[in-house]
Amino acid sequence: MASNASPPAFRPPAFPPSGAAPSADGALVRALRRVGLEPSDRGHLVGVAVVLVVGLGIFPDALSLFWVDTFIQVAIYAVVALGLGLLVGQVGMFSLGQIAILAVGSWTAARLDYATHLPFVVVLLAAGVVAGVFGVIVGLPALRLSGLDLALITLMFAGAVTVVLNTTNFPNGGHGFLGYTSSPFGNPPIRRPSFAGTDPAYLRYSIVVGLVLFLLVIWHVRTKPGRAWATIRQSESAAYAAGINVTFYKLWAFALAAFVTGVAGAVLAASAPELYNTQFATQNSIELLAVVLMGGAYNLWGAVAAAFFLDFIPSLLNTWNLSSFLLIILFGVGVIWVLVTSPTGFAGQFPKDMARLGRALRRLATKGRGAPPMAPAVPAGPTMPSAMPAGPTMPSPADRPEPAGGAR
Amino acid sequence: MIEIDDLTVRFGGVTSLDGVTVRLERPLCGLIGPNGAGKTTFFNVLSGFVTPAAGSIRAFGTDLLALPHFRRARWGLRRTFQTEQAIESLSIFDNVAMVWEHTTSGRAGRDEDVLRAIAFVGIRRDPHAKVGALDAHERRLVELARAVVGKPRVVLLDEPAAGLPDEETEQMGQVIRAIPTDIGAMVILADHDMNLVSGVCEETMVLDFGQVITSGPTADVLRDERVVSAYLGGEAVTS
Ligand SMILES: Nc1ncnc2c1ncn2[C@@H]1O[C@H](COP(=O)(O)OP(=O)(O)OP(=O)(O)O)[C@@H](O)[C@H]1O
Ligand SMILES: [Mg+2]
Repeated sequence: MASNASPPAFRPPAFPPSGAAPSADGALVRALRRVGLEPSDRGHLVGVAVVLVVGLGIFPDALSLFWVDTFIQVAIYAVVALGLGLLVGQVGMFSLGQIAILAVGSWTAARLDYATHLPFVVVLLAAGVVAGVFGVIVGLPALRLSGLDLALITLMFAGAVTVVLNTTNFPNGGHGFLGYTSSPFGNPPIRRPSFAGTDPAYLRYSIVVGLVLFLLVIWHVRTKPGRAWATIRQSESAAYAAGINVTFYKLWAFALAAFVTGVAGAVLAASAPELYNTQFATQNSIELLAVVLMGGAYNLWGAVAAAFFLDFIPSLLNTWNLSSFLLIILFGVGVIWVLVTSPTGFAGQFPKDMARLGRALRRLATKGRGAPPMAPAVPAGPTMPSAMPAGPTMPSPADRPEPAGGAR
Repeated sequence: MIEIDDLTVRFGGVTSLDGVTVRLERPLCGLIGPNGAGKTTFFNVLSGFVTPAAGSIRAFGTDLLALPHFRRARWGLRRTFQTEQAIESLSIFDNVAMVWEHTTSGRAGRDEDVLRAIAFVGIRRDPHAKVGALDAHERRLVELARAVVGKPRVVLLDEPAAGLPDEETEQMGQVIRAIPTDIGAMVILADHDMNLVSGVCEETMVLDFGQVITSGPTADVLRDERVVSAYLGGEAVTS
């Protein structure tokens, strides 16, 4: 650039800029964007439709009770995994206290159920709110700590909750708020909504509740809080410089994660005749983190995959009469495999693998269809179907966590 | 106009800014100095990442040091970082919208403002493209777009063109030069590229070992022998 000669006036291009996309978008794309969706979300919509049709349709009635119960657990733990995935994948905070939060939700729901006649939905919301408050308390250390330190502190919280539950005879429920029954027949079962009394109906109910909670989280991730979280995750400095109240958004993430987990806890409370302390053991939080990483923390479908790892595979092993110790080995190997080969986890890797498979199949097909056999080096021409970009159908998260850059 | 008085920053035994007193009046100000002179530290104090041991900063009549750092963005302070910080997992649009929505009250006009900022810095791409897929130049432009959105008053640019080839640096220089007139903000540009600084900035201050060794019209400053020897010698020049 020449020295101080008077600079040529710079005119920014007219608005909207030629070549930029918005004007070129179709009506469908605009409509999708208006509700916070991207064109690439079609894959997600198909996935949701499949869940709805399969999960709410004839499927629950066609299964044996054993599998119905398994899928209720899958629906519940998908939400729990969603909460942890939100913290880990969106904000970059590791919590090992999520099962304790789940216990708080279950406990709140159970006690409200024994003590009041509130409608089930109100019990769900109350459990979510109480758990959310606990989530903020667990999240307070996150304002100062991160990484391993934070994970350890939250693990201690989980341990403390376990101790409290044990000493208060949770989940034993006599009448009233703190009632205790020493009846040898166990606790009275926890109410379900009247229209979801049977197990297949309760499975449908669990799926709907789970879907609503997923939508709640997706809505957050796609809007202002999600942008703030993504910024915090990559660089707190950039977040401060952008005017983001980092404290507030970190706590909000903990509160939201705990809210959905608490609601899941309430669904869990009424899912079985009886709750057991062992369902909320401290080490379950570690297992949860393992499956969330395996499923893929940067992708919300990863939470569903995680729940399948956590609940479906054990049931499968069970029906095959295999030891559940196998599971621990599977998870251990799985986590290492995921962290080494594909940090985006199952949900991040699966579409890529499918796309690769699709490309390979198409290549096979075009080769079989009369291409000259001796000319394999010629790339498929533009009219061949294999020339179509076969990218992943889901937005492949390029968002591995970067070490937070400093201000310098 | 930014009035800075006796600004001092210490990191343990290191004094990174040593009694900096300066008046920045022109809408395009340069900030130069050898490596380690304190340029980034100066920006860090202005944007609140570093608390000074002493001194005061008044920007357009506001005592900046009294505001917590995220409030300074709302006041109208923007900055870029020496190590580029475009948010990879967000789209171009979301990168810029993210700043807009934390610095502007209400919701009206967001999309227009964001797209205008993207167009202003000269990004010719689908605004919904993920930043992770952009090249270095475009990512720098995304950062610049974030710095000009939402009615900024003061824009701090820390080596915005570092590592870019000459042609792209020149293009960026043109965009920066248009900020005061088109955006209405004052710019402070810290850079080692003297062509960029002299092409953009009317006024320049020079730091060396945390002290202001001179400030004034850019052409005069660049001819100043103390500046030349600061860059060549690396010894503190006492004036
Ligand atoms: N957080 C910190 N902790 C300790 N020392 C620091 C810190 N930040 C800056 N310094 C020191 O302050 C001095 C000024 O550094 P600064 O980064 O401001 O220089 P600079 O002018 O931006 O250099 P460069 O041109 O290399 O970017 C250096 O000696 C540096 O080591
Ligand atoms: Mg610097």
